Formats: sequence, C-alpha cells, structure tokens
Amino acid sequence: MIAIDKIRKDFPILSRKVNGKPLVYFDNAATSQTPQQVIDVIVDYYQNYNANIHRGVHSLSQEATDAYEAAREKIRAHFNAKHKEEIIFTAGTTHGINLVANGFASLIKEGDEVLVSALEHHSNIVPWQMLCEKTGATLKVIPMTQEGELDKLAFAELFSEKTKLVFVNHVSNALGTINPIKEIIAKAKEVGAAVLLDGAQAAPHIKADVQALDVDFYVVSAHKMCGPTGVGILYGKKEGLEKLPAYQGGGEMIDQVTFEKTTYAGLPHKFEAGTPNICGGIAFGAALDYMNDIGFDAIAAYEHELLVYATQELLNIEGLRIYGTSAEKTAVISFNIEGLHPYDIGTIVDKLGVAVRTGHHCAQPIMDYYKIPGTVRASFSFYNTKEEIDVLVESVKKAKMMLS
Amino acid sequence: MESIKNIQEEIVDEFSMFEDWMQRYEYMIDLGKSLPLIEEAYKTDENLIKGCQSKVWLHAELNEDKIVFTADSDAIITKGIVAILIRSFTNQKPQAIIDANTQFIDEIGLKEHLSPTRANGLVSMVKQIKMYALAYQAKLN
Repeated sequence: MIAIDKIRKDFPILSRKVNGKPLVYFDNAATSQTPQQVIDVIVDYYQNYNANIHRGVHSLSQEATDAYEAAREKIRAHFNAKHKEEIIFTAGTTHGINLVANGFASLIKEGDEVLVSALEHHSNIVPWQMLCEKTGATLKVIPMTQEGELDKLAFAELFSEKTKLVFVNHVSNALGTINPIKEIIAKAKEVGAAVLLDGAQAAPHIKADVQALDVDFYVVSAHKMCGPTGVGILYGKKEGLEKLPAYQGGGEMIDQVTFEKTTYAGLPHKFEAGTPNICGGIAFGAALDYMNDIGFDAIAAYEHELLVYATQELLNIEGLRIYGTSAEKTAVISFNIEGLHPYDIGTIVDKLGVAVRTGHHCAQPIMDYYKIPGTVRASFSFYNTKEEIDVLVESVKKAKMMLS
Repeated sequence: MESIKNIQEEIVDEFSMFEDWMQRYEYMIDLGKSLPLIEEAYKTDENLIKGCQSKVWLHAELNEDKIVFTADSDAIITKGIVAILIRSFTNQKPQAIIDANTQFIDEIGLKEHLSPTRANGLVSMVKQIKMYALAYQAKLN
C-alpha cells in the first residue's frame, strides 16, 4: 500500500502551479521529482561538509569521503552487486554506456557483431555505431513488433559466435515495454557475448538484482529515481570491468605517474577520473533510501494500478491510439489522436497545467516503425494519483476539441 | 504597401481582443487552418526546416522587388504562428525584412513558441526568412 497523501507532501514541487493551474506532472520518464528528504541531504552537504574526497587528511574531506562511499555501498546493496568496487559512479546512463562502448573498442575487431534492439534510445544507438565504425564490427538490430515488443522469433537467429556484445534497454523509454532480458542474457551466454542493460527506465520501477540476472553491465541515472541530475552508476562484473581499459585520464584514477609510465588505480577509481559529483552521489544514496522505505513492490503495484486506469480512461477518447501495448510494461502511455499532431496536444495540455512529453522521445527508429512524427507520452510515478489522470483525460479531450 | 510594422501592430491589436489564452489559441488554430497552403511542389526536403517537434516548409520567390513567402507546418499551432509570421513578412522588400524583428510575437503572448529550445522549427524559419531577404537583397543590387 502507498500512503499517497503523505508521499505527496514529501515533494514540494507537486504543490506548485503552472499556467495558473495545479501542476500535474506526467513526465516522470524524462526526470522524476525530488522529495524533501533528498533535497535536505543536498543542502546538508553544502552547508556542513562540502570537501573534495579521497585525498584530504582533514576532517571535512574524511566526512565527505565516508558519506560518498556509504552511498556507493547503499547502491551496491540495492542492486545486489557482489563487490562495492563493481559500482562505478558516472555522470548518468549515457556516460556509463559510452564508458563501456569506448572500452570495447579495444576488445572487438572486424567481423565481430554488436546487437542492439529496435527499441533503443538514441544514447544507446549512437555509441555503438561509433564503436562499429572504429572497429569494423557490424551493428545488428533486433526488430520490434506492432505491440512494441522485441521480436522473439527474430532475435534468437541474430545470435551467433560472432556476437560479442548485446545492448538492450531493460524498459523502453518511448513505449514502456519491459524487455525479455532474462531470455536475452541466456542467449548471449550461450554464444559468449557480453550484455549491457540500460536500466534508466527500469530502475525507478523495478529493483534489478544484477547477480540473479547474471548481467555483465547495468547502467542507471539517479535523476529518474528521485535523485539529482548529473549522476548515475555503471555496474559491471569485476572481471568485466578489469578487462576494460580506462576511459578518461585525470586525477584520482591513477596509481603512479611518471613521464614514462602511469599505472592506474584499481576499481572503481580507474573509471572515476577527476573530482566526481560528490553531493550527487550522496543524494543518490538518499534517494534509494527514500524509495526503498516505500518499497519497490508497493511502488510497482500502485503504478500498475495507475497504468490500468489511465489506459482505460484514455481509450474512451475517440480516435486515440496507444503505442506499445505489451502486457509487460511500466506506467508509460505513448499515444496519438487521429489527425492531430502530438506537439499540438502537448502544447494545449501544458496550458492546462499537465506536463507530458511530446516528440520522438529520442527513439526515432520506433517512430519510423509506426510511421508517425512522434507521440504524446504520459509517464506516471508513485506520487501521481487517479485524480491527476482525470485531469489529463479532460485536458486531452479539450485539446482534441480545440484542434479538430 | 503596408509596412511590416503596421501589419505587426494590426496583429497585436487583433490579439488584444482576446481575454484568455484559450481564445488566443483558438484564433491561432483558425489562422493555421486558413493559411494558404504551400504548393505541393514546394513542399520539398530542400524547403523543409527541421524542428525536433514539428516540421515547417518555407518557400520564397521574388515578385518584382518584393519577396513572396508561402509556408506550411505539420502541427496546427505551429502553422498558426507560421501564418502570423508570413502575414508580417510576405510581399515586402528585402531591406524591410532585414530591418524588421519579431518582438510582436512576445506582445501577443506567444513568446514561448519562438524559444530556441522549443524545437518546433519556428526560430529556424525566422532565420531562413532573413536569409532569403539577404540573398534577394544581394541579387537585386
């Protein structure tokens, strides 16, 4: 059970007005809102122990280091990684993906194959295209179906001993489809390929257990899980991370430097060059505490209720079509109304205080598949309510009336 | 020939009659619907201004010493603003277009639509209108 009234009070932003109307925030898949408990941690850091970490002998530096490393431990526990050093702090999901893609440039060669899914965010396509250009490897795409699912019949055939890497999002950002990651990982294991899962859209709703999944790499962003922007993590199995060369050079990632040779620090510091987003990392830990206090099972159950309700109410609008109709999806509804442009709908509903995303959601291949310029995407979080969904539905009806 | 400034003042006057955003938007949507469509032959990739959110097509041709613009968009609200911009800039001499600005869009409460971050193609369209004016100005001299 979700104590919704209490939870909503934790988020100061939810009581503000937009264009004179109470804010209805349904752009959670782009970024989630921040509870006071996390805001307090950010303020406390800057008010009381802001210092550079891992190098100072003074007390503030020690306090900041302890808090940052305690956050890493919280994150490890949350994702059930085996070792703390398997958690690499990054600037976010995109950074994590690039770190792995860059590392693999020295591990794959011409003739090798990289598999990506048709449901990917641009950030999960471009780095692999660059990797393939650099190495001469071939990029192959797992096709999708009308329901917005990965084509299970097709994907089995794409795996071969040439496959070295598989990149799939755990949940599609544009459609909310939960991908069959267990099957994909099993298939990859059979041919000895490594798997990187983009967990950005999954982590706010599903608690991933990286050991149970036996996944090689998993990346997430804090800002989609009640934390701040500009911070995330890359999980990697220790042996996998050790094989990857360092990504960026700088302070903190080195062991010994002379002009002849530099030896690199061990994990996780090898991948954490320069002063990190210290406050962000600590706040990420606090955000996980906040969400775990509510409980991911309760969050998933409540969000599913919102999804079912919103789907049913929106489908009552004549001419409305939902894209992504998999039975396995998170609380995301991507839709269009026949004859209307998503941009127009988004503009009108914003005037009514409702924040939705419009456009191609950085997933143009999906839009091309459906032959549409984009969609309106409403994405729900555990702090949203059915009453807010009613406002969305009324706003969409109004937009339809004005635009038709 | 009416000056760009006069036309823009007229538009500001028309919009001042509306009491709230809904009336303004309804008017704009109507304008969008009544915009003379660009000829299909000109709806080419060459004339396409890509916005992330909506597309705009803009065609320009010289009629003696004036530039005639026709345009279209795939989104109706964008098209309404396209209609307003076209009305203000079409059938004018290049120098007048070069000298003009789009301040009136702020005055009629549609500023957000001309924001560079909006990615609806309108900012690029205004730039393109100015580019045409510069090009034709050079040609006429």
